[in-house]
Amino acid sequence: MKGFFIVHLQALLFSLGQQLRTPFSSILTIAVLSISIALSGLFYLLVKNVTYLTGHLETSNQITLFLGQQVSEQDGRQLQRQLEKHRNIQATRLITKAEGLKEFEHYSGFGDALKALNSNPLPMVVQIFPRLSLTTQQQLQQLLDELKGLPGVSVAKLDMQWVQRLKAIIVLVERAVLVLASILGFAVIFITGNTIRLELQNRQEEVVIAKLVGATNGFIARPFLYSGFWYGFLAGILALLMITGLMKLLQSPLEQLTRLYLGYQDVVFLSVLNSVILLAVSSLLGVVGAWGVLVMQLNRLKPE
Amino acid sequence: MIKFDRVSKGYAEVSDALVNVSFTIGKGEMVFLTGRSGAGKSTLLKLIALVETVSRGQVFLDGQNLNRVSQREIPFIRRKIGLIFQDYKLLNDRTVADNIALPLLVAGYNHQDIKRRVRAVLDKVGLVGKEKSYPLSLSGGEQQRVGIARAVVNKPSLILADEPTGNLDPELSTEIICLFKQFKQVGVTVFVATHDLTQVVESGCRQLILDRGRLVSG
Repeated sequence: MKGFFIVHLQALLFSLGQQLRTPFSSILTIAVLSISIALSGLFYLLVKNVTYLTGHLETSNQITLFLGQQVSEQDGRQLQRQLEKHRNIQATRLITKAEGLKEFEHYSGFGDALKALNSNPLPMVVQIFPRLSLTTQQQLQQLLDELKGLPGVSVAKLDMQWVQRLKAIIVLVERAVLVLASILGFAVIFITGNTIRLELQNRQEEVVIAKLVGATNGFIARPFLYSGFWYGFLAGILALLMITGLMKLLQSPLEQLTRLYLGYQDVVFLSVLNSVILLAVSSLLGVVGAWGVLVMQLNRLKPE
Repeated sequence: MIKFDRVSKGYAEVSDALVNVSFTIGKGEMVFLTGRSGAGKSTLLKLIALVETVSRGQVFLDGQNLNRVSQREIPFIRRKIGLIFQDYKLLNDRTVADNIALPLLVAGYNHQDIKRRVRAVLDKVGLVGKEKSYPLSLSGGEQQRVGIARAVVNKPSLILADEPTGNLDPELSTEIICLFKQFKQVGVTVFVATHDLTQVVESGCRQLILDRGRLVSG
């Protein structure tokens, strides 16, 4: 049993030594692999962040009432007070035309465009926060229909709608990311496989001699399998560094973006568990790539 | 030790490399296989080493029918055979000691055993002090002795040598043949293919002569 471990340890270190002996080609392969892995990781983080951020949106069911242009500010305030007493409404907020304009200038960056206009085109808005006891789509829809019919209200919008659309988009993106990550995973397998094939070709003489002195295919395959492992593992580490670096770069603009849109800032990084899984998967893919090539090629290599 | 029973071997390009060859070599015998280049000497050795398979007939090694050996068993049968080549087939990026250790490494010997056996065999072939050298820094005769050391380090019961002295001058050739005789004396079967007839005559060993694939004397 001890001998078994020693033989494997030897093969493990030998294969690492082989890669160090040809640093240039090893680095190139590892770089290509790590880009594939890092892309998968970044896609995953994208989905994770979006899911995380939109998770908070569930509680932000709002109804926005856009009042007609002809409605005076006084009428608007009266409408707001009236709605405040509604049994299904928790709170309301009136945004006057002037306030709306200020907010719009502040957040949109189109303030100058508005200044070109003679009058303020923005309508007065009443924001409605329904009671939290209203959870189903149907209940909210009922309230919406009721508010729509009020005099002075020109448009009533349930903000749930865009949350739902966003969620549908997220599901689509999740699927797409899964497909992309699988494709990139296959790329890792094929790239490692091809690299191992070249290594096998370069060491053909050695393989043939080992066979002639009685080496089993398993013995010959071992260092190549470990070689595949090293490619996957080292590429995984490089990919983790790339992902962390990129996220650090993106962190502050991302936070600014989420602050503007959602009112809070929080960017999710890869967790320790995520990183361990990424390393394990990339190492495994490397081994699988090497194994596939060895199965196909080893029996073909024969002493002439 | 070796038994050929009406063995024929044909390649696609050469219709008959071996035709109806039958002979037996006993345990501990030293036998030369001679004949012109292309007479089928290498093919015959390859059949024993399981590098090639017969077209017709049967080859027995130590009582085992080689026709019935599966791919899986081949490595284990090869461990019983020490192979020696005209071009030595050494790994030039490994030291002499590492080259010689290869069959032991392959067979899973532990580090201590490997060291001990390599030292012993270096002594036997007269290469003590060269273990850290690389093959290309050695002379042809020395390289062949490394090849022989590698072939015998695993204590095989059979040595197959394909033109082992083909690249060496007469003096070195005699040395190599002397080495083979020493192995024979300890009970190893030695089967040497060569076209160097003077060596064969001097040795006084049994001779099998191949001519265009047919055994004409033996």
